Amino acid sequence: MLSPQPQGISADLALVTGLKSGDQGAMAQLYDRYSSVVYAVALRVLGDTGAAEDVLQEVFLQLWRKPSAFDAARGSLGSWLAVITRNRAIDSLRKRRPETDIDDVVLSVAPDLAGEAERARAAEKVRGVMGIMAPAQRSALEMAYWEGMSHSEIADKTGEPLGTVKTRIRAGLIALRKAFQT
Amino acid sequence: MSEHEQFADDLALYALDALRGEDRARVEAHLATCAACRLELEQLRGDTALLALSAAGPRPPQRARKRLLDAVAREARVPRVAQTSTHRSWWGWLGWAATAASVVFALWLWRENSALHQGLASLSSRQAESRRELEELRRIAAPILDPETQRVTLVSTRAAPQPQGKAFYLRNRSSLVFLANNMPALPPRKAYELWLIPVNGAPIPAGVFKPDAHGSASVVNPLLPAAVEAKAFAITVENETGATAPTMPILMMGAGE
Repeated sequence: MLSPQPQGISADLALVTGLKSGDQGAMAQLYDRYSSVVYAVALRVLGDTGAAEDVLQEVFLQLWRKPSAFDAARGSLGSWLAVITRNRAIDSLRKRRPETDIDDVVLSVAPDLAGEAERARAAEKVRGVMGIMAPAQRSALEMAYWEGMSHSEIADKTGEPLGTVKTRIRAGLIALRKAFQT
Repeated sequence: MSEHEQFADDLALYALDALRGEDRARVEAHLATCAACRLELEQLRGDTALLALSAAGPRPPQRARKRLLDAVAREARVPRVAQTSTHRSWWGWLGWAATAASVVFALWLWRENSALHQGLASLSSRQAESRRELEELRRIAAPILDPETQRVTLVSTRAAPQPQGKAFYLRNRSSLVFLANNMPALPPRKAYELWLIPVNGAPIPAGVFKPDAHGSASVVNPLLPAAVEAKAFAITVENETGATAPTMPILMMGAGE
């Protein structure tokens, strides 16, 4: 059954505006809308449900405390939360202090990913692109993204030159972008 | 290899939050002065978002929702009421605002000119570009126009008083616009570097710049850590790639007005 609530970026924007005026109901709606994305990303990185719940809590509390950090002009809230979550989860995994504040995370995403159906289609497309990527490139991108390995660590592990690893990671990201431009 | 190509691979690593130390500082110094690379960084972060969305798994347990909403209730806040500022005269800043506006306008013209030379573009991509440009202008103007902006004038610490810089720093947005004039010419491969001196901790790099033939220069929205309280701003001469710690002597310095 379809949700009666309005979907899309404009609905997200209204809810984030609600956060700015202290609307706890808006927070609950945003949680219901995006907690599955945030939790899935955190769990994929951390592989531990307790640690993933902690990151989930931290990410949404950050949004509650500082809703103005989300720049609605640049991309969907779901995408922004996914990036914030991945970075926080990697920081947790690597037991390091966060170096990038959420205010500094500005991103630009072309597709509208505010609805669950759109996100499901996008996820399918991403998995398709990753599936046809050269194994070495896919591996470098996944090690960097999901394990938070530096290019030096990846080079050490794979025996590839540093420059090759760097180029593969960037080319992998560009391949994803191109898939959504066609 | 163009300057942008030189940074292309490192920008991807930066988007993944995977650069540390000198590599990170070098990219941030470049980003502070390169709007094209800042846009590319936003695109790359968007690409990483697509990757994140490929994660699939179970929904979070119900207790996580209650835990969050309980925490939110404990932190419930009263809506902020906009205040009308009456304590500060804006007239003294009009000249600088006009200068800043001209910088913004020049940036806009430059971008428009570049766009024209790139030939035909689709209507949809132009609309998207226009929206980005407007947003960029809004972001640039915010630290100048916001009543909460901390304004700092930097003057030469030496006898000659001519060089002058104005820093417009909006702490709650980590936005900074710096405008300078009468800056002396630099030796080859050297540049000025602006530093945010926090109340606590080491000086933070806030952009590398070179003056034009008239001694004028600007730094617009360099990447800064969030919400750092600035005690002062300072300028040193560094290698043109920038430094992670200031090299003495400090040429100019100023605290809040």
